[in-house]
Amino acid sequence: MKPAPFRYHRARDLAGATRLLAELGEDAKVIAGGQSLVAMMNFRLARPQHLIDIAGLRELDHLGTDADGALRVGALTTHHTVETAPPGTLGAEFEVIRAAMGWIGHLPIRTRGTAGGSVAHADATAEWCLLAVALDAAFLVHGPRGRRRIAAGDFFLGPYTTALDPDELLTEIVFPRPAPYAALTEFAARRGDFAIVSAAVDLDVQGASVRGGRVALGGVAPVPVRVPEAEEVLAGGGSFTACAAAAAAAVEPPDDANGSASYRKQLIATLVRRACEEAVSR
Amino acid sequence: MRDGPMPGVPGAGVPAAPGRGGRLVGRSVPRREDPRLLTGRGRFVDDIALPGMLHAQFVRSTVANGVIEAIDLTAVHEVPGVVAAFTAGDLALSDIVAQLERPEPEFVETAMPVLARDRVRYVGEPVAIVIARDAYAAEDGLEAARVSYTVRQPVTSAAAALAADAPLVHEEAAHNTLVDVSLCATDGIDEVFAAADRVVRVDTRTGRQNALPLETRGAVAHWDDREEQLVVQTCTQVPHQVRTVAARCLRLAERAVRVVVPDMGGGFGQKSVVGREEIATAAAALRLRRPVKWIEDRKDALSASFLAREQHYDVRAAFDADGRILGIDADVVCDMGAYSCYPFTAGIEPLMASAELPGVYKVPAYRVRGRAVATNKAPTAPYRGVSRPQYVMVVERLFERAARELGLDPVEIRRRNVITDFPYTGVNGITYDPGSYLESLDLCARTLRDEGWYERRTAAAEEGRHLGIGYACFSERTGYGSAAFAQRRMAVVPGFDISEVRMDTSGAVTVTTGTMSHGQSHETTMAQIVADELGLDIGAVRLHQGDTDRITYGWGTFASRSITVGGSAVRLAAGKLGEKLRRIAADRWGIPWEETALGRGRVHRRGDPAVTIGYPELADLAYLRAHLLPKDIEPGLSATATFDVFNDGTFSNATHGVVVELDEGTGRVEILRYVCVEDCGVAINPQVVEGQCRGGIAQGIAGALFEQVTYDAQGEPSATSFLDYKVPTAHEIPEVTIHHLETPCAFSATGAKGAGEGGTIGAPAAVLNAVNDALRATGVELDRTPLTPETVHRALRGLPEPAA
Repeated sequence: MKPAPFRYHRARDLAGATRLLAELGEDAKVIAGGQSLVAMMNFRLARPQHLIDIAGLRELDHLGTDADGALRVGALTTHHTVETAPPGTLGAEFEVIRAAMGWIGHLPIRTRGTAGGSVAHADATAEWCLLAVALDAAFLVHGPRGRRRIAAGDFFLGPYTTALDPDELLTEIVFPRPAPYAALTEFAARRGDFAIVSAAVDLDVQGASVRGGRVALGGVAPVPVRVPEAEEVLAGGGSFTACAAAAAAAVEPPDDANGSASYRKQLIATLVRRACEEAVSR
Repeated sequence: MRDGPMPGVPGAGVPAAPGRGGRLVGRSVPRREDPRLLTGRGRFVDDIALPGMLHAQFVRSTVANGVIEAIDLTAVHEVPGVVAAFTAGDLALSDIVAQLERPEPEFVETAMPVLARDRVRYVGEPVAIVIARDAYAAEDGLEAARVSYTVRQPVTSAAAALAADAPLVHEEAAHNTLVDVSLCATDGIDEVFAAADRVVRVDTRTGRQNALPLETRGAVAHWDDREEQLVVQTCTQVPHQVRTVAARCLRLAERAVRVVVPDMGGGFGQKSVVGREEIATAAAALRLRRPVKWIEDRKDALSASFLAREQHYDVRAAFDADGRILGIDADVVCDMGAYSCYPFTAGIEPLMASAELPGVYKVPAYRVRGRAVATNKAPTAPYRGVSRPQYVMVVERLFERAARELGLDPVEIRRRNVITDFPYTGVNGITYDPGSYLESLDLCARTLRDEGWYERRTAAAEEGRHLGIGYACFSERTGYGSAAFAQRRMAVVPGFDISEVRMDTSGAVTVTTGTMSHGQSHETTMAQIVADELGLDIGAVRLHQGDTDRITYGWGTFASRSITVGGSAVRLAAGKLGEKLRRIAADRWGIPWEETALGRGRVHRRGDPAVTIGYPELADLAYLRAHLLPKDIEPGLSATATFDVFNDGTFSNATHGVVVELDEGTGRVEILRYVCVEDCGVAINPQVVEGQCRGGIAQGIAGALFEQVTYDAQGEPSATSFLDYKVPTAHEIPEVTIHHLETPCAFSATGAKGAGEGGTIGAPAAVLNAVNDALRATGVELDRTPLTPETVHRALRGLPEPAA
């Protein structure tokens, strides 16, 4: 469990990182917290010839809301930073994001792992990816051709595959609007495991009633997915149980050693309902 | 051996919890290992760095069953940093052979080559050793090796191995059966079953597990020119047995091998057998005359190390209408993987299960067949509890099922059947020494009752929630002496232990033991025993273990033997030394030595407390002014003692009580309450005993709910990282309340019984019973572990376990 030979490069700033990426291209991998990449390298499942370490790019380590009320998470912000952010940094509007951090791995992982690293790694069960899809986040990326903004719905192309070009660097995640009635929950055999199924909801609540919302699932498809069928139930005033049942009926989850397809469907029914209940209890 | 009252020992940091009569034994003396280990100053195998040291890794088989056609290491030698690479042919080592003294077909002898020669029998089997300047280059070297195989159909389950036309793992073992023994068959048992009011049956399967010491296996070997010795520093529970095997495989005199064990991060039995890799590492160091280090990585530890626990029981029990058990008829099949481990053999699991299965109950009739079956999977070794977690689960399931069918309370049916009159000689021919079987059961059940768990269970059911209460009542034979191991007919018979206690001229004491602490706190507990025996401050006592040149001989640490056997030898040796101190002092005073006593680091004249001689003064006489000693006393202050057990050993016992709640939405099993009432005789250090209980319970819960080594149809292991091999973490393991009862062992020198394994033994049965109790409204009963959330979720909807 020692990695194959590679060359290590440390980027001093964003321009330097971009230059290294342009120069080294597909033979290079960006390393931030390294919580997924290093494990894959140790198993020799990933064999990059070059590692570009961006950990020193302090400008990518930030967390806060902007004038428009959007939450901006720098790519190098660790899960632990978000989890322990002082009251007021995220507020009730983004409590869902702070609370979701507790589902990511274990404390040592959260201390080193980064939001941007998780998104760029694009594991189908990752909490950041699911949050981004559920809350309509956008990703800011930086490359030799300049900056661009990619919507979460267009970003995840498949397992560990994103719309990022090999010479592009993810710099920021933008959650565009408050989500005071949102929740993420998941299930795995052990706390901290990759979820067998994860569910996130973002409900539109007016007064005491739910007028609609977004429902997203992880672990049921190659990428985190929105479930319009379930959202329609919410929009039509259906119950959480009906919404959850619609979500379970709408997807064709995988069948593997971590759970059969039918078990995953049962989990979806449970977790979507529980996420909705948690969301309105905030 | 001590006649006088023992004054209290002033010891900094010793908590107030009283040992009896001011003694250290019985007190939770802080672990003397901890300051070093908790501040990062421990020294484990991987901390050892020798000048010029090289690093080894192993080319491992990629097929589960195959004939090696060719091994081409040409490209390996060209990898930058690679220094050497050897195959079995290059090293020409003797095989590792473990034997039972039983005729075929009771036992079929098979050899385990250090490196595979012509056949490979599991994925991960070592085929060649690559040695390089660092561990990275060694792995680069592995990738350059070319091994070609003729692949054969693998045998990946015991059922497949026993099929009529199954491929053979070893040509010499027909039906892939390495051990097939019927230890017991009561006359007339069929009539007992025919006449019984009720016959219940359980068919249980337990998953393959890895004992999973946090420190993986490893070794650093080098040739010492000055001593003309091959020095092997390795993390083993059995240093002398590693020395024996290394010497035999390398064809060296045994004195030319020295095995030294540094700090260890666990073993749990996996390191109580001799591994192939440490022998190959030693052979490479000898060949190259350079230090070679091998550290098993986690992937290899999970896929290619010694495993355990994959067993199938088909068991019937006969009961009368009052719930009294009349007989047990058991068929036990253990999937032992590809090889027989040294020194225990593939018989370790089936023989343990067969001999001990009736457990704490008065079972009048018993028939058992136990088999060890070879498969194309990584081989097995003892793992904490050895078969007892499995057969206790079986027996406890039998009682729960009988209680349900007969309409009896599950605690009451056990009360009617547990052994209460000791010593008790069972149908299995084993004599059980006194224990607290009924008392532990009653205290455990009363605790849960008093805490209101039965009312909560009723209330939960009314709300549609699923709460269950389960118990396991069991005993555990510890302190196996050579007589007990000989009954197993092992060709290599462990049992006794030797200790030397030596005092230097300053009055400080060095103790040796042949046992090998790998987390059991022997540096503390053995020192407590010696300090009490000699009336010394514990700070004056230092334990030495794990060095075959410094320890006369030893059988290491396994089977909960260290305190019962090793601790007894330590106490006897200390007693002998104490007598010598008293004889020297008595001679100075001109009185019989019986009129003296030990305490506070001095010999006292009985009846005249003002007259004393300190140990340094006596040591001064014994070493530096030996001409003053009486003629019948030899110079020097050391004493050696051996201890062995000549009866059936001593039985620790416990009852575990568990409350679980099942989540209807996910199938998750949440443990709400865990109570353990244990009796290991005299607890030398209650805190250490509790640590053993808690760690054992965690491993037992792991087996019940989480861990399983899995393979695909081609014999490829599929749980090779902690993603898939689901070791429970602190999130999954509950708080455990422990109550102690004390039924002292009558023959160990300290009254202690073994305490190392009980937690692991009781937990699977108690958890499984609690889950089944929580499922009682569904009509489904689960008998296989690990219980996955999916299985529980199915059961909650009334669906049975999928077919095996």
